[in-house]
Amino acid sequence: MKNVMSNKFVITLYTLPALLLILVLIYIPITLSGYYGLMDWDGIGEMKFIGLENYVTLVQDKVFWTSTWHSFQLAIFSAVSLLLYLGISLVLASKIKGSDLLRKIYLIPMLLSSVAIAQLWMKIFDPNNGMANRLLEIFGVENTPLWLADPEIALYSIFIPVIWQYAGFYILIYYAALKNVPDEVIEAAKIDGANALQIAFRIKLPLISGIFKVTIMLAVVGSLKYFDLIYVMTGGGPNGASEVMASYMYKEAFKLNNFGYGSALGFGLLVICLVMTWLTSKLTKSNDDVQF
Amino acid sequence: MSKVSTQPVTTNLSVPKTTKKSYLNKIGFGFLYLILGAFAIIQIYPLIWLVFFSLKTNQEVFGMSPFSLPQDPNWENYTRAWTSGNIGLYFFNSVWITILSVVLTTILASLVTFAVTRMHWKLSGLVLGLFLVAYMIPLHSTIIPLFNMYNNVNLIDSPVSIVLSYTTFNLPLTIMILLGFYRTFPREIEEAAVMDGCSVHRIFFQITLPMTVPVLSTTAIINMIYNWNEFVFVNTFISSDKWKTLTVGINNFVGQYLTDWGAIGATLVISIIPILLTFLFLSNKIVEGMAAGSVKG
Repeated sequence: MKNVMSNKFVITLYTLPALLLILVLIYIPITLSGYYGLMDWDGIGEMKFIGLENYVTLVQDKVFWTSTWHSFQLAIFSAVSLLLYLGISLVLASKIKGSDLLRKIYLIPMLLSSVAIAQLWMKIFDPNNGMANRLLEIFGVENTPLWLADPEIALYSIFIPVIWQYAGFYILIYYAALKNVPDEVIEAAKIDGANALQIAFRIKLPLISGIFKVTIMLAVVGSLKYFDLIYVMTGGGPNGASEVMASYMYKEAFKLNNFGYGSALGFGLLVICLVMTWLTSKLTKSNDDVQF
Repeated sequence: MSKVSTQPVTTNLSVPKTTKKSYLNKIGFGFLYLILGAFAIIQIYPLIWLVFFSLKTNQEVFGMSPFSLPQDPNWENYTRAWTSGNIGLYFFNSVWITILSVVLTTILASLVTFAVTRMHWKLSGLVLGLFLVAYMIPLHSTIIPLFNMYNNVNLIDSPVSIVLSYTTFNLPLTIMILLGFYRTFPREIEEAAVMDGCSVHRIFFQITLPMTVPVLSTTAIINMIYNWNEFVFVNTFISSDKWKTLTVGINNFVGQYLTDWGAIGATLVISIIPILLTFLFLSNKIVEGMAAGSVKG
């Protein structure tokens, strides 16, 4: 039996195609990204080796740090909004009628492309004919905001569709986790006289803390590399007000043809994402085994 | 057993309180429903609003309240959206690129997962690790070198670059989902087949693959949604209209018609209908796949 199932030729045949793909299209490019970062290069002409100059520029680049700060704001915001989703999931999972339908309705925005979401919300935020400002007027707000056109609030305006997009996804995860809490445990608590709030906070939440930690990591790392929606809605504008790490990298490379510096930025993005993945998993790691 | 014996006791204890408590309970439940319902409206109303303005004329959009219903559904917006751009072509590109990539990813990922979980070799752990670590690498960090690599082999502005990228970048997630299934799946049938002198290929294609159809369909649907909605690769690697997919195509198209809300709305509705239809019929599979993809095990 060992012979057939340890046939080297078959193993190679089965794994090599996929392995080659990820090596050539994922691992080699990230290595090259660090290497291109050492070059002065417009993407077409000759590369010129300039050592660490791009990385020195990067460290001193105010726009990079502003963009990074914007990405981190999104990460913090996403992580905090998880509490809202958790609250909703707790209610949903408490044997409520129609929870299945509601859960699916919540998920619908997650299925749409970022382009569709971005274009739709650009219309919602339209200062004159959009839904957002008319809604504010109904509630008596007089100086309605310009949303995406206002540098002060453009970034935060984009956070709204981000929440809208991902809410259903996290609710889905929490709901599934809460449904896995054994009924016997809850019944036992009820018999001991625990009320609904005590059951939620003392029993259900501790039991799904492992999943909660995983979602924190998903939300943080996902936010740090967030790109599509911002690229379509504002392109990082107005005047860099909503620029994030990935959009800044993209602009440097494909708009300004600074492939060398763009690669350095891409490498910086990679390092920050990996460090944050490691850090969040360290910070949230406890005795439960968080699988990821 | 314990339930049966304790239940009468608890009901007895709570009898005096029930009337007061159930009254409060009703208010509480009503309030909770209100929150859940309001949240459902927030999630769904923007899309209803989109459908409404896709059926409006420009006079209605600019002259009336955004909350008004379309007076006389203006279906002409849809014919204009479909005929004046290349929406039909983009749609076709999205369909075949999505399907081809999903098939490739699913087969390649199954082969790897089979080799890693069922066959015996020293480096299996390392190979699996390479796939799992790749899941954490942000694709944006690879995009400049990828652009250059495709450029050097003349694959820029070719759908091959898109199919290759989609297939590759979905492998880690697909393998992660498959892995959970393969690991819990009994291997007795495969072992019996080995005893009977079955070849590995026959075991994989005639026994394992058919048995994993439930999880394969889940991963296929998740892959399909990701590919259908993908934007960055096409936006970067494809420049001619001939090979654009729906996401990039409509983004450019919509950019040209800034003031024609009706046509924009219609275009967006056309682009999301396939996904919504899929969801309508396969929502359970999608829910399952999304949960499995994020939280392994």
